[in-house]
Amino acid sequence: MPISTLMSRNPSAESHQNDPSGDSAAVRFAGVSMAYGREAPVLRDVSFSLAPGSFHFITGASGSGKTTVLKLIYMAERPTGGRIELFGQDLTSLPRNARPAVRRRIGVVFQEFRLLEHLSAFDNAALAPRIAGRKPASYSADVAELLGWVGLGSRMQALPNALSGGEKQRLAIARAVVNQPDILLADEPTGNVDAAIAQRILRLLSELNRLGTTVLIASHDEDLVARSGVPVLHLSEGGVTRFERGRERVA
Amino acid sequence: MSMEAAGWRPKSLLPKEDGAQATLLFVIAVLAFLASLAAIGAIASERAAEGWRDQLIGSATVLVRASGLESADAAAARAAETLAGVRGVAEARALDKSKGDALVARFIGPDPLPADLPVPRLVAVDFASANPASVADLRRALEADGLDATVEDHSLWTAQIMRTGALARWAAIGLFLLISGAAGALVAFATRQGLDARRDLVEILHLSGASDSFIARLFQTRFARMAALAGAGGGAAAALAAAGLHLYGKGQSVAAIMPVAWTDLTATLPCPIIAALIAAVTARVTAQAVLKNAP
Repeated sequence: MPISTLMSRNPSAESHQNDPSGDSAAVRFAGVSMAYGREAPVLRDVSFSLAPGSFHFITGASGSGKTTVLKLIYMAERPTGGRIELFGQDLTSLPRNARPAVRRRIGVVFQEFRLLEHLSAFDNAALAPRIAGRKPASYSADVAELLGWVGLGSRMQALPNALSGGEKQRLAIARAVVNQPDILLADEPTGNVDAAIAQRILRLLSELNRLGTTVLIASHDEDLVARSGVPVLHLSEGGVTRFERGRERVA
Repeated sequence: MSMEAAGWRPKSLLPKEDGAQATLLFVIAVLAFLASLAAIGAIASERAAEGWRDQLIGSATVLVRASGLESADAAAARAAETLAGVRGVAEARALDKSKGDALVARFIGPDPLPADLPVPRLVAVDFASANPASVADLRRALEADGLDATVEDHSLWTAQIMRTGALARWAAIGLFLLISGAAGALVAFATRQGLDARRDLVEILHLSGASDSFIARLFQTRFARMAALAGAGGGAAAALAAAGLHLYGKGQSVAAIMPVAWTDLTATLPCPIIAALIAAVTARVTAQAVLKNAP
């Protein structure tokens, strides 16, 4: 990640968080429903919007649809109803050939890391710029710098199965942010690590958010969420039941 | 810049080949071997047919029977003299009696023939390469000289030989296409299997911003390389086999229908390229079709 470049960004989170119209929302769900096959709907008529540069947790009991919300945003699933916008772009009617460009604006940290086991930490972290078609010389130094930033400077050539849970998690975060995404989605990023590492990861994500990246974290860790002091979308019975801190619009 | 970054070269996004792909490589090599042999066979058959056609068109055989008091040998000598004078005939020669006996022996066995059996004599005629005489010209000349003779019309055989040559050629082309189709189907199956086995990798690539085309290209490159390697192996094996046939036939032919020449071995040279092309196109088309249904 070009840390130096990222640091030069002008953090503008606060200016967007209170956007009353929601026209410049980073993420907007409008009456979104989602069911897997013939199962009961996981989400029912969910509406919310997140301002660019904001930081949110999304919480709820197991099976409440936290992961589904993230999957809908990064287009791993399609909603059965409603409309989803990402930075003003309607994802529900997005042509297939336009998806890669939108996905390059999204960084995803998966719950189970989903690192590529046959590639080194360095190759894993370099995935996004490589897919974007950049020449290795143009990003290899940035990748090395980023890995150093997440504390993996001495583990660059290690394969994922040689890394600890915390190291894997930090590598997954490095992979997600290396291309300077406009939004970072993290699914239980602290679910596989101890409390100390969880705090460190959270600080890492906060730092990214401070530098301008919109962050949405799905977590069932109520204590961690409470300690973080950031806005929370609470999912219950298939819908968003409350926004804590009351700074976001809820439909 | 760190040492790691300075010396870094991206590794293949697809994991190394597994056992199944080694099997695929072997099967494609076998198909390439068969396809190469088919190509060599087509070329050799074509050459055989052309050679026979040239021989048949350039010559004729005349059966001369004894007539009246004139002996068969005398009639044959006279016929040869008559035919040599026909315009468009380069040479006409009466063949030894044993040649005629050999023809009859096919039907009545190898035992010596009775001396008084009226076995016809043969006259071989070679036509001039420019403006050759026709069979009708020969018949007219023989009739004019009062000879009891029959001119064998080789053109009937020529047509059959050319039809046989064409059949061999089309059979080889059909076989080649069939083998190419089988190789393509195999690669398509392997591509589907590969995509299915690496569904997680494919999803990560998609979610990291890879297009279908980017992912299809990974499989395309993988299978094209594999097919090129298999094609080179299969082609080389076919060239060795053909060389063996050539040497076994002492430079002539292992059988009359397939006179393998050294130059025929060059038919195996494009094998790696053709195999790679078939695999590349098939893998790409298959991968694109499968990925179309991915998230």
